[in-house]
Amino acid sequence: MMSTTPAPINPSSSAPAGEGLYAITSSRVHMPGQNGNGTAKREAGKPRPSDALPNATLIKWLRDMILIREFENRCAQAYQQAKIGGFCHLYIGQEALAVGTINSLNHDDPIVTAYRDHGHALARGMSARACMAEMFGKSAGCAKGKGGSMHMFDKPNWNFGGHGIVGAQTPLGAGLAFAAKYELEVMKRSVDGGPAKKKVALAYLGDGALNQGALHEAMNLAGLWGLPVIFVVENNRYSMGTAIERGTTMAHDLKQKAVAYGMEGVHIDGMDIRNIYDEFKPLVDRCRENSRPAFVDLLTYRYQGHSMSDPQKYRAKDEVEMFKSRDSIALLEQHLLTERKCVTEADVDKIVAECKAIAADSADFAESAPIPAAEELFSDVYAEIVPNLSPAATYVHGEKNPLL
Amino acid sequence: MALSSIDFTKPLPAFEGDRVIQFREALREAMSEEMRKDDRVFLMGEEVAYYNGAYKVSQGMLEEFGPQRIIDSPISENGFAGLAVGAAMYGLRPIIEFMSWSFSLVAADQLLNNVPKMLYMSGGQWGCPVVFRGNNGAGGQLGSTHSWTVEAMYANVPGLKIAIPSCPFDAKGLLKTAIVDDDPVFFLESERMLGDKAHVPAEPYYIPFGKAALRRGTWSGERDSDVTLVSFGRPVNFCVEAADELAKDGVACDVLDMRTVRPLDIDSIIESLKRTNRIVVVDQCWPFASVASEVITQVCERAFDYLDHQPVRVNTDDVPTPYAKNLESEYLPHKGKIVRAVRSVLAGR
Ligand SMILES: Cc1ncc(C[n+]2csc(CCOP(=O)(O)OP(=O)(O)O)c2C)c(N)n1
Ligand SMILES: [Mg+2]
Repeated sequence: MMSTTPAPINPSSSAPAGEGLYAITSSRVHMPGQNGNGTAKREAGKPRPSDALPNATLIKWLRDMILIREFENRCAQAYQQAKIGGFCHLYIGQEALAVGTINSLNHDDPIVTAYRDHGHALARGMSARACMAEMFGKSAGCAKGKGGSMHMFDKPNWNFGGHGIVGAQTPLGAGLAFAAKYELEVMKRSVDGGPAKKKVALAYLGDGALNQGALHEAMNLAGLWGLPVIFVVENNRYSMGTAIERGTTMAHDLKQKAVAYGMEGVHIDGMDIRNIYDEFKPLVDRCRENSRPAFVDLLTYRYQGHSMSDPQKYRAKDEVEMFKSRDSIALLEQHLLTERKCVTEADVDKIVAECKAIAADSADFAESAPIPAAEELFSDVYAEIVPNLSPAATYVHGEKNPLL
Repeated sequence: MALSSIDFTKPLPAFEGDRVIQFREALREAMSEEMRKDDRVFLMGEEVAYYNGAYKVSQGMLEEFGPQRIIDSPISENGFAGLAVGAAMYGLRPIIEFMSWSFSLVAADQLLNNVPKMLYMSGGQWGCPVVFRGNNGAGGQLGSTHSWTVEAMYANVPGLKIAIPSCPFDAKGLLKTAIVDDDPVFFLESERMLGDKAHVPAEPYYIPFGKAALRRGTWSGERDSDVTLVSFGRPVNFCVEAADELAKDGVACDVLDMRTVRPLDIDSIIESLKRTNRIVVVDQCWPFASVASEVITQVCERAFDYLDHQPVRVNTDDVPTPYAKNLESEYLPHKGKIVRAVRSVLAGR
């Protein structure tokens, strides 16, 4: 049972860029809902779109979020045991964001994200086993053990990958939207031969990627051509140890960035999944219907360090505690327990136990799964192999990807 | 349509003929033919549509295919290169025109990190079938930022195929192959050659990657050539000029046009070398870690015992590209340098 009563957050001064630079205290944390944006905009007593959803849907969200958290806890453990190599970026604290946005989409709407990608992979339907096996470097992993933590790809679930270079995935998001629009308007059928549909692509990015040229080129192209892509900023306020104000102009009002590219900009409290759905789902519908891009500043928080090797000297403990006091899982759990009264504490405990078991199973599976065959070093380099592509390597067609 | 569906055992149509068109028209024909066959193919780049192409390669294509398939992009190479990656992963077949490969450098992250590695990083789930094409190489007095030859740099990366045509016939046949190939292809043209005219067959044909063409010399057995000249792209024409001049002195050269540098038809190089025992590699990149260095390394690895003289390379001079006409001309791997190199490997024979 992990519930606490959500506590209010200090309101932000709408600080202009540059003010209080380097002052990393909780009083600078800007939360929508307390200053006329986001949640507070909603008239008291007015029904929320998420209220119309059946209990089962919200219980599924809770379950998805708990699974991500338990999975990430298991990752942390495996990383400390040196079962997982390289960099490993955990999603703990941000669960509502992936689950809430992905559940505002259709299954065949394409998504692309950065390297903090386990949450998106699981929320999009990748099995915990395939995800964990990838990190263990096993051939049963989603990328046959060739991608690692930062490269969770899942074609059957329209997840076009986790990407390691900050911001580089954002033009890909524009490209996914371009292709969806192209098949609808030019080909008038899908690339697979079926009927084309109106789709929306999501391109997730961290707040650090706000400062990458790739994003600004992608936003300009999307605005110019009316590409149905939503740039979703997972604003956890830090890029590694750099607080957003130290790296980004207009940090107190990021949606202004959208204005310059002729697209709708929205600011959403990303700790409350019902709120995400209430604000994000209508936006997805608008972008889909009107073939338009949008830019969303979703406020969230990572509870752990940037990666597994981060002592977190750059932020105050009370700031972490403040966000934890509005934990997304606890918020939804409270709603289901006390407002909807559709679950009992025992039900929640059962969900947690099941998710812990899935996470544990994924690690057991990954542990016992075979390592990639040596030949796999030379597969998947070229799709169409011809002689003399390399002076040294002999390329091969490898094993079929386990997800295909 | 995939590469595997093309019958490459069928002989290519005749190289000679009287359907004489420009290099740029050959490129246009290749794109237009493939676009008529496959509506997943589109062309995007700066000035490709309303301006009819900065170098008129895509002239008239907007009229035929409309603005949704011939797409003017803003000056955002990293943005539209990345857009092409996403679109290709989704299932389209983008052709991306770089006004110059020099400008591809601002898209280096997409071109080096995403394009070649997507298939591998995704464990075989998604490749990246994009053709990136445009002008490559010095020669127009454009100074050092606009005169890049990128093949050495990009050929270093596994996952890419790189084609460099030297004539209109190859421009068409190689570009058609590039468009149907499921792998990413970097297609390097030369602004200096776009106006070159030669016969291009009317019938459709696809030139296989990794099969060199013999431009001078003969393997018919009357007499072996004296030297093997290996090149690709525009300098092939310098090699032909050099070979014709040397022929006047009774020196016979095999001039091998590699057509693609990745794959690299090392087998044909060695076949020629076994007859000549002397090799000169001509390359318009800088010498250090160039394609010429690679060819020579492979020759030494595979045919060391056949060498009667150390291999020699002719590159551009190892300096930034100058502007002044005389300096730029001297900088290139021109006929005079090639003739000198050939004479040096024949000295003391
Ligand atoms: C182009 C590039 N520069 C630097 C890095 C190293 N790096 C990895 S993550 C990171 C911070 C990014 O922060 P943010 O975008 O906010 O995402 P978050 O980690 O908060 O999810 C940095 C600097 C990188 N991967 N790519
Ligand atoms: Mg961040």
